[in-house]
Formats: sequence, structure tokens, C-alpha cells
Amino acid sequence: MPDQLLFAMEVTLNGLMAGVMYALVALGFVLIYKASGIFNYAQGVLALFAALTLVGIQQGQVPFAHLINAVTGGHLTHFGWTVPSVLAIILTAAVMVGLAIVIEKLVLKHLVNQAPIILFMATIGMAYFLEGFGDVMWGADIKKLDVGLPQGISETVEGLTDSIFGYGFFIDNLDIVATVVAILLVTALTLFSQYSKQGRALRAVADDHQAALSVGISLRFIWILVWSIAGFVALVAGIMWGSKSGVQFSLSLIALKALPVLMLGGFTSIPGAIVGGLIIGVGEKLFEFLAGPLIGGATENWFAYVLALIFLVFRPQGLFGEKIIERV
Amino acid sequence: MFYREAGDFKTTYREDSQTFPIKFDRLRFYAVLAVAYGVIPLFINDYWANAVFVPFLIYAIAAIGLNVLVGYAGQVSLGTGGFMAVGAYACYKLMTAFPEVSIFIHVLLAGGVTAVVGVLFGLPSLRIKGFYLAVATLAAQFFLVWLFNKVPWFYNYSASGQINAPDRTIFGVFVTGAQTSAMAKYMFCLVMLTIVAVLARNLTRGTVGRKWMAIRDMDIAAEIIGVNPLTTKMTAFMVSSFFIGIAGALFFSVYLGAAEVGEAFGIQKSFLILFMVIIGGLGSIFGSFAGAAFLVLLPVLLKNLLVGALNWPTDLAAHIELMIVGALIVIFLIAEPHGLAQLWRVAKEKLRLWPFPH
Repeated sequence: MPDQLLFAMEVTLNGLMAGVMYALVALGFVLIYKASGIFNYAQGVLALFAALTLVGIQQGQVPFAHLINAVTGGHLTHFGWTVPSVLAIILTAAVMVGLAIVIEKLVLKHLVNQAPIILFMATIGMAYFLEGFGDVMWGADIKKLDVGLPQGISETVEGLTDSIFGYGFFIDNLDIVATVVAILLVTALTLFSQYSKQGRALRAVADDHQAALSVGISLRFIWILVWSIAGFVALVAGIMWGSKSGVQFSLSLIALKALPVLMLGGFTSIPGAIVGGLIIGVGEKLFEFLAGPLIGGATENWFAYVLALIFLVFRPQGLFGEKIIERV
Repeated sequence: MFYREAGDFKTTYREDSQTFPIKFDRLRFYAVLAVAYGVIPLFINDYWANAVFVPFLIYAIAAIGLNVLVGYAGQVSLGTGGFMAVGAYACYKLMTAFPEVSIFIHVLLAGGVTAVVGVLFGLPSLRIKGFYLAVATLAAQFFLVWLFNKVPWFYNYSASGQINAPDRTIFGVFVTGAQTSAMAKYMFCLVMLTIVAVLARNLTRGTVGRKWMAIRDMDIAAEIIGVNPLTTKMTAFMVSSFFIGIAGALFFSVYLGAAEVGEAFGIQKSFLILFMVIIGGLGSIFGSFAGAAFLVLLPVLLKNLLVGALNWPTDLAAHIELMIVGALIVIFLIAEPHGLAQLWRVAKEKLRLWPFPH
């Protein structure tokens, strides 16, 4: 096989893996949008906050150490213990649930029935707050996240492809793990929403708020539930992205990467988030590979958006979005 | 007591359709103008100009521009930073290509260039609505910033990739470059803001503005009663981008002097201006001023308080500032979703009845 084709195949595979990572973030958006009609810009910052908290708990950092030191003049940094990864993840998940409750009590409860743009701006405000809060709580330096996920290039894939094509593909081990986790997560979410009582209530709320209220479903509980799930998804995304590129401010920018995925897949569809993620991942990697060298590179910043934009002109509700019906 | 239409009789159509029909409003408007043009320039110094007044004036222009699009025409845009960059780079190219032409004309032309780009990126709005459109405008934001970074022609092949404003004068007074006085900067921006605000105010209460509002309130219904969605949405994008382009040109040439596109016109700028519009009040020119003033003053105040008075390290202060700004935005949205302009409206209603409320 010609080399170029093999390279293109490798790029495609890597794009698929990157797409899974985007889809992980997009999933959190879709969940909240479906259940409450809120376009949650803070999802990326939630992932950052989750990852920061996880590292902080794992390494036994003192929360707000910087602030306490500034006020009292002390030199606190760490408690001096480390927490095992599994326990730390559970604790972080608990923190995310707590956060969901606080968000519902302090913010969402007061913004019922507001215009979508107002709710959107409120989530941007929350994103600012959480960004500052995470940094004040755990410090702003770049942290390394290690929960025991395999790192480096997968030798199995390299050996396998080498024996078939005579050329070994470089695939990150972490990306493979992310793919598996994403599949598990989507399966679990689907099972949860199809077969559990809460899941059914969730779908009822997504379908029609008022009807759900009138049959006795507590909207507030559902909101807390869905924000907790979104927090959990953010934690998973935070672990994956954090293990890949370190826990730092730029982690919150993955929200921006997830937006074109959402546009493409439709705001209301979980399969849409996955398929959209894959299309965007492959599209931008292939475009960078084919056209990047000709026009100066770094096209990944905007290609996804332009692709989604062109796509939307032909299908305004995204691939799997519900058909937009408008009445006067 | 003061704020009252009673006894203010109109005898001509001209009087009846003036910008400020109520006498108190009119007087207040002239008073603000008099203070802005007559009093502040006498006392302004470099610190006040650079930290407060010039950014306020420029952001107010940008906020009016975005308010036309979001508040009046209902098309949510997150591409403001990118459009400001278009204004800045257009101004830079014009300034360096035609040094003999007045900068005043360059700034207006930069606005015109931005208007064309704005219409181009506004075209999808005919098909795409709501949040899909908001995300689609991000395409403009990222693409434009990338373009100005990667194509050397835009920054005249300078080694640093930055653009630097050359020295330019109006009536023999420097308005750009290192020798500019605080007063010249202030006056130049103020004149621009006055033009923009008067234009915006009159556009929004005329036929064009009514069409925008019809499209905002319900585009299908508006289309049925004969509002052409193509021309209406495109004029909204055009006017809005024109103002935002002017703001971008001023931001680069007068305020910054030298700019790097990713830093000066990144996505953060888009959000900042959207915040100004929302906190100020959607669909209100006064709101644009109020929002710009609020978000320019807040960080200055917080910095002075945290670093100056409490002596905390600057990085900690920056994080806490972020927290406070975020929290305030949420609190504001909860307390008054219609923004500062609504508070002002309520206050005016109270003033009308004072001192005998029923």
C-alpha cells in the first residue's frame, strides 16, 4: 500500500480517538440541555474543577492553602498523606454531587422560566466563578494527574498493524482506554435512562417540563440528578484529558472543542454527540494532515467550527437533533 | 416631581418625534454631554484615561454594536472579538498604506470593512437560529484570529507578528502613537462614541429598528407581515459589525498601540462584551453604556482593593477577581435579568410619581 494512504489511515484512527475525547465532553452538555434546556458553558470548567479536585485529594493538598497563607502568613501546602486513586475518585465524585446541589440551590432555582440566553450567561458566570474558585482552592500551577492509566504508545496495535501492512500505527494507550471508557459510559447512561425509575423521570422532564411536574416528578430533584451526572461525566473527561495533557487552565477550553461537536450532532442527542465527535475528530485531523501544510497549519482551531457551520446550513438542527418546528 | 411629561406640550411633529421627548431627559442628555466634553478633559490624566475612560468609551462602542445585533435583532453572536480584530487590522493596513489620509476616515473605513465581513459571516443566520447560531459565530471568531495570525500580509510581514500603530494626527494633535496625550485619546474616542450612540439610537427607533425588533420577537410572524428576513438580518449584522469594527480600530490604534491578535481579540473579548450587553440590558442603548462602565470599573476597583489595600499576591487577587466577577454576573442575572437599564427604568417610574406615589 502507498505510504500516503497508510499515513492517512493512521491519522484517521487518531482522529477517531480524539473524537471520542471530544464526545466525552459533549456528552455532559447534551445531558443538561436535554433535561433542562440549559446550554451549560461551564461543562469544560467542571471537568477542570473535577480534575483539580482529584489531584488535590490524591496528593493531600491543603485546600485554600494560598489564601490561608496570604491571610495568616503561614506556609501550608500539603497534609502529608496521599490517598489511593480509587478512593480519591469516589471522593471527587461526592464533591461533584455536592457542587450540583449547590448550583441548583443557589443559581438554577432562582432562574426558572428565564430566557435561554440568560441561563446561558449564568453558566458562563458560573464558569468564571469555578475557574477562580478551583485556582484559589488548589493553586494554579500545572499538575500531573496519574490514576494508573496506561501511558505511551500501544505496542499491541503497532505490532498488529506492522504484521498486516508492514507499517506500525502509533496509537496512544490512553486513547484506547478513553474509547473503552466512553463506550462503557454511554452504555451505562443509556441503560440508566431506559430502565431505571429516575432515568424514566429524567426522560419525562426532557420531553415536557409541565407534564412531568403534573404527574408528580420533582423537577428540582431531576435537576440535581442531571447536574450530578454531568459532574460525573466531567470527572471522567477530566481524568482522561488530565492524564493526557496535565491538569491546567487550558483544560477548561475543551468546552470550546465540544461545541462544534454538539452543533454537528444536535444538542439533544446522545448518539449525536458520539457521532459528531468522531466526525469532527477525523475531519480536523485529516484536514490538518492534507491541507494544513499548504495554508500554514494550526487549522484545528477553527476547522471544526467551519465544518459544523457548513453542515448546519444544510441541516439546521444537526445530525440527530429533534426537528425544529416553529409556529406563529 | 422632576421627571414628568405633564406641561411639556408639543406643537410640531418635529418636536413630537425628537430623540428625547421628555424635557428632563433632554436636559440630562445635554448635561452629560457638557460634562463629557467640557469638564472631564480638563482633569483627565494618563492613569484615568488608560485605566478607566478610554477603555470605557471603546467598550461602550462595541457594546452598542453587539446590542444592536443581540438586543434589538435577537441574533446571538460570540464572534465580537474576531470582528474587532477585523476592524483593528483593517485600520492598521489603511494607516500604513495611506499615511496621508486622516485617521478619522481610516477608522470609519475600518468599520466599513468589518461590516462587509460581518454580513458574510451573518449569512448563515438565515438558516441557523438560537444557540446553533451562537456557536456558528464562534467559527468567525476562531477563523479570523487564525487568519490574522497566519497570513503575514495582514501584519506587514513584521518579525514579531504584532501590529504597531504609527503616529497619526488630527488637526495637528497626535491621537495614536507614543506621544499622544491623555486628553487627545479621550476626545477622539468620545467623538466616535457620540457619533455611534446617536446613530444607534436613531436607527433603533426608526423603521430599521422596528424591523429588527419584529424579527427578534418572532421571526416567522415578522416574515408573514412583510418584514424581509434577509435584508433585516443583514442590516443588523452590517450595522453591528460597523460599530464593532470602529471599536476594534480604536482599541488597537488609540488604546493598545500595539496588538497581538490572539491576546487582544480572543474569545475572552467576545464574552466580555456579551456580558456588558447582558448586564447593561438587552435592547437598550443606555444599557450598553452602563454595562461597559460596570465591567470596566469592577476589575479596577477589585485590583485596588485586593492588591492595593489588602496586600495579597497578584495571582491570588486575579483568581479572586475572577470569582467575584463570575458571582456578580450570576447574582445580577438572578436579581435583575433585564439588566441595569431595567433598574434605571424602574427608578424613572418612581421619579415620575415622587413625592406622591399611589
